[in-house]
Amino acid sequence: MGQRELPEHPSFLWHNPDPKPSYDVVIVGGGGHGLATAYYLAKNHGITNVAVLERGWLAGGNMARNTTIIRSNYLWDESAAIYEHSLKLWEGLEEDLGYDIFFSQRGVLNLAHTLQDVRDSVRRVEANRLNGVDAEWVTPEQVKELCPIINIGQDIRYPVMGGTYQPRAGIAKHDWVAWAYARRASELGVDLIQNCEVTGFTMDGDRVTGVRTNRGDIKAGRVALAAAGHTSTLTEMAGFRVPIQSHPLQALVSELHEIIHPTVVMSNHVHVYVSQAHKGELVMGAGVDTYNGYGQRGSFHVIEHQMSAAVELFPAFARAHLLRTWGGIVDVTLDASPIVGLTPVEGMYIDCGWGTGGFKAVPGAGFALAHTIAHDEPHDLNRPFALDRFVTGALIDEHGAAAVAH
Amino acid sequence: MFYIDCPHCGRRPEDEFAYGGQAHVAYPADPSALSDQEWAQYLFYRDNPKGSYRERWVHSAGCRKWFNAVRDTHTYEISSTYLGAPELTDAPEGVTT
Ligand SMILES: Cc1cc2nc3c(=O)[nH]c(=O)nc-3n(C[C@H](O)[C@H](O)[C@H](O)COP(=O)(O)OP(=O)(O)OC[C@H]3O[C@@H](n4cnc5c(N)ncnc54)[C@H](O)[C@@H]3O)c2cc1C
Ligand SMILES: [Zn+2]
Repeated sequence: MGQRELPEHPSFLWHNPDPKPSYDVVIVGGGGHGLATAYYLAKNHGITNVAVLERGWLAGGNMARNTTIIRSNYLWDESAAIYEHSLKLWEGLEEDLGYDIFFSQRGVLNLAHTLQDVRDSVRRVEANRLNGVDAEWVTPEQVKELCPIINIGQDIRYPVMGGTYQPRAGIAKHDWVAWAYARRASELGVDLIQNCEVTGFTMDGDRVTGVRTNRGDIKAGRVALAAAGHTSTLTEMAGFRVPIQSHPLQALVSELHEIIHPTVVMSNHVHVYVSQAHKGELVMGAGVDTYNGYGQRGSFHVIEHQMSAAVELFPAFARAHLLRTWGGIVDVTLDASPIVGLTPVEGMYIDCGWGTGGFKAVPGAGFALAHTIAHDEPHDLNRPFALDRFVTGALIDEHGAAAVAH
Repeated sequence: MFYIDCPHCGRRPEDEFAYGGQAHVAYPADPSALSDQEWAQYLFYRDNPKGSYRERWVHSAGCRKWFNAVRDTHTYEISSTYLGAPELTDAPEGVTT
């Protein structure tokens, strides 16, 4: 796998307008999901009188804090459909957005370390294939071929018993993905407004009519919430609850190394996921901190735990140095699946609950949410992910395929 | 890593404890009388405030007993810990440690 040249930085990315008094659609949250939604509203539905309101800077939340793993090998039909749709959009994204995002389909290995892991993994491979998602079961020797630096010996606490492999999966450069969407959305007429925090909503009966912000009230025909870990704080202001708990999720990078890690490796059981970014830093994710938190930082013992497992699996990492750690706030649901669709408030839509795995879904969720906003009705892709599944009981349990135990 | 005052053992590092989520969520008094909406609330919905939160912790690597804490979910500062049954809807006065 060659190292790609960095392209020239474009001289212009987006406008920074002041908010207008009124928009057809206001999107709260300028992360990947909010930006993609704005882009697809403009591109697919011709709705361009749109504002994205971001309380900090664009992509300052989870969007540029994640470990950028992209895959679609989820268990259930509903999940396979939306994540696979997203992966197909990724496959055409550089061209669609006219911007380099370093999307690299280097494959993702999900390791199995127990008999139960093996059974679950083989079942998931078969389910993936039935859904047209590329997936294979690989033996420990094949794991070693795909990623020569992995220790497949018996001398570790949880030896590798095999894994699932999705060749079309991979990584991308997350901040550039955000900029690419932002640039195109801005070109199409969307107002991207930073340092604009939504502090309340104006209502007419059951209908939302606008948002209150630290930069004044803004009228809105429709309002979409794409605020990830902060969703509960917004829905509370809108008068309804969401079954979400916000947790810190941490990641870290090493200093630069020559390219030694050709793919992406995830291990749910020992809690490691690692890839090597194009410049050479090893990018590793940890597990969620179990407590609720909004502090954008987690506890160090979580990272220590994760690193000790990483060094067992990848003995070569023992001499790597930790360069930087950080945390984001992820919005976790009890079935490890997102909530995308209508809300009890007329004219208000939510996209949340993507938890530890919503980067890969940026194109797919943006596509589906834009459709939902434009038609006041969910797209078939997000219909199963409605808020009312927690009442009907039609949960979509993806704990086995979601990455980080939660 | 922060420190938590176990009401039994005193101040101990966070990794000796396990988290139990929102405190004072009582089992429904008459489960069969609940509507689907109410069941959903009991099973799947918990408060998720940015700020002060009453929550359960268990000192799993110590006395192995459950207790409650009042913690700020933004600063992670714990203002008090106290004993009390889950069904209590309010922290009893004066039992903080
Ligand atoms: C450490 C880490 C590793 C991860 N690794 C992966 C991975 O490998 N693969 C994967 O698929 N996913 C991963 N994720 C998950 C993924 O990052 C998230 O699911 C996804 O980014 C969430 O969508 P978003 O990009 O729109 O969120 P965000 O970027 O968090 O956007 C939400 C925005 O809303 C803004 N906001 C909040 N409240 C308000 C308000 N009141 N007014 C205005 N704006 C507001 C926030 O400032 C924020 O910018 C990871 C997450 C973390 C933290
Ligand atoms: Zn104790």
